[in-house]
Amino acid sequence: MRLALLADLHANREAVDACLAKLRRLGFDRAVILGDIVGYGADPEWTIDTVQALVADGGLALYGNHDEAVLRDAQDDAGSTKHPHAQAAIDWTRDRLDETQRAFLAALPLSIEDEDRLYVHANAWAPQQWGYISNALAAAQSIAATKQRVTFCGHVHEPALYHSQPGGGARHFSPSPGTAMPLIGSRRWLALPGSVGQPRDGNPAACCGLFDTAKGTLTTLRVAYDHHTAARKIVAAGMPESLARRLVEGQ
Amino acid sequence: MPVPLKPGVSIDGFELIAPLHEGGMATLWRVSHPDHTMPLLMKLARIGYGEAATQIVGFEVERMILQQLTGPYVPRYIAGGEYQDQPWMVMEHLVGETLRPLLEKTPLPPQQVAELGALAATAIHALHQQDVIHLDIKPSNLLRRPDGPPHNGMIALIDFGLSHHAHLPDLLSEQFNVPIGTAPYIAPEQVLGQRDDPRSDLFALGVTLYHLATGERPFGNPGSPAGLRRRLYRDPVPPRAIRAEIPRWLQEVILRCLEVDADARHATAAQLAHDLQHPEQVALTERADRSHRDGRLTVMRRWWQNVGRERGPRKAVSDHLDQAPLLMVAIDLKHEDAALCAALRGNLQRIVSTFPYSRLACVTVMRTARIGLDSNLDAEGRNRHVKRLIALRDWIRPLGLDEHRVTVHVLEHSDPAHALLDYARDNGVDHLIMGARGVTGMRRILGSVSAHVVAEAPCTVTVVRAPALSEETKD
Repeated sequence: MRLALLADLHANREAVDACLAKLRRLGFDRAVILGDIVGYGADPEWTIDTVQALVADGGLALYGNHDEAVLRDAQDDAGSTKHPHAQAAIDWTRDRLDETQRAFLAALPLSIEDEDRLYVHANAWAPQQWGYISNALAAAQSIAATKQRVTFCGHVHEPALYHSQPGGGARHFSPSPGTAMPLIGSRRWLALPGSVGQPRDGNPAACCGLFDTAKGTLTTLRVAYDHHTAARKIVAAGMPESLARRLVEGQ
Repeated sequence: MPVPLKPGVSIDGFELIAPLHEGGMATLWRVSHPDHTMPLLMKLARIGYGEAATQIVGFEVERMILQQLTGPYVPRYIAGGEYQDQPWMVMEHLVGETLRPLLEKTPLPPQQVAELGALAATAIHALHQQDVIHLDIKPSNLLRRPDGPPHNGMIALIDFGLSHHAHLPDLLSEQFNVPIGTAPYIAPEQVLGQRDDPRSDLFALGVTLYHLATGERPFGNPGSPAGLRRRLYRDPVPPRAIRAEIPRWLQEVILRCLEVDADARHATAAQLAHDLQHPEQVALTERADRSHRDGRLTVMRRWWQNVGRERGPRKAVSDHLDQAPLLMVAIDLKHEDAALCAALRGNLQRIVSTFPYSRLACVTVMRTARIGLDSNLDAEGRNRHVKRLIALRDWIRPLGLDEHRVTVHVLEHSDPAHALLDYARDNGVDHLIMGARGVTGMRRILGSVSAHVVAEAPCTVTVVRAPALSEETKD
């Protein structure tokens, strides 16, 4: 089976559209949406509906911290530690969603185990505390917290691949887009395909991934999309301009 | 507990037929599968008490890299998996014999050494083009395939357990902080822990050629890290000091492979293969005339310079190859056209200065009669040949290129396009540059050489035209 991996969509319609078009061209059987469907971007309704359609088609979707944030009541956010601009996007998004869309987000699971794989938004050790896997130490902690051989997650917006041997620490690798990397069975792996809707490694192109379960290979992809339109829509919606600039700069 | 393996046991549809020898890092079995007609080999990682960690990682490395490789110079990867916790993989069982037994017959005639070296370098270049560095080139990993079609005695590479792939995690460099390689063959930069320089394979091939040509190892077989480091400052005995019948050009080529500084070696395996195939074109330097090792003082100075030397920065294999293409320019000596020549030289100048490690082959075609014998013209024919070689050198002189970057070749053929295409294919040319003359009645009927070359060339082709000056057509 071929899995399409999409993380951190962040309501970016143009990016999601471009990634899905590319993944469909390459062919996939099941979409795995690794959380943070909304937040930052100008198309939360469309993005949720699209994910819902993918799930109806046999796909899987996970719960992310931004999805959680929009479901909270506004007064609960009084003491929010989120960056004010991110908080502004959350507040803007909250008013856009209807009951069905809110119910869909609310029903998303924090993690899913599928054969020898784990899908989770942030990490395996405490999925709902949203700790980041930003280095090999955190990757080792996450790998140790699951019995699954391969973990796929999002949350950190940079593509990365960590591997570890039983009893050893984890090692970091920066994947080259387009290379089918065999995640060989004698090791344990943690893969971050990178963010669809808000890449942050200096390249505005959207990130996504493809995992072939029969061959055991992971391919990360970079997909150029119309990020100028996505950025314009953020400004037009009245959200902070810095969120639009980030898309253009890939930061 | 090791898994009991015996003939008849089936692993994921592969039936074990007979055990082969126990390799360093794996158990080898001949296997068969109803879906595959080619001979198959199963490698099972030796996981057990007392097995060195490098061996298990080496197995994993080979399994990851072999799946990415294609072409006739490597065995094909078929399948892999885990059998009762023991990792295994199945690959094509290449028929042939490695160069290992040849070490018993050394020294070999220089001609044979050059021939084997060119075959090995061709295979190594094909590997480098796939972004992989072998890092364990030695006679037992160079496998000579049988003569006759389809493989015509070519050399294939085996055992990728120490290899590096530019786009896959390097499990070895990340796990071990010691030199990884085979002591007699390991390149100086590899001794320092650098695993991403394709020219490390040229060094190891140089050690192999040295051994085949002289019967001796240039750096012995050191058993300690300090012994391995010695090759950073101690130069080998020049091959001709051991065997005087080794030609100077072969000593030049071998010693260039063994340069401590990778930048001083051939830029690519393709350029090394080219040298070994065209001995008369090898530019000789003081290496060719070296008759003894460097004196104590020089060695001391080098030793001092290398104290505390560490590996250089990381780079990708393909980036390096891209900087060192084999260029070919086709020159028409018969129809001299000053404007076209100037345009051709101008384009060449730009291309060679963009690629500082490139090599340029200047080629012209001497037309031979399609039918009939030129036999009574033998002496005259040779004379014409030499004249053209001189003319080619003269043609290229204005570019002011280093002598070692340029070779000249006169091809004889009734069909120039055919001759140029054959040369480009046989020599692995990356980029062919040629001029196109104006369109005339004759050209329209016969078709142009450049159009034919562009249509069938195995590489990039640049067709240069002289700027149009007037309405007149030129030919």
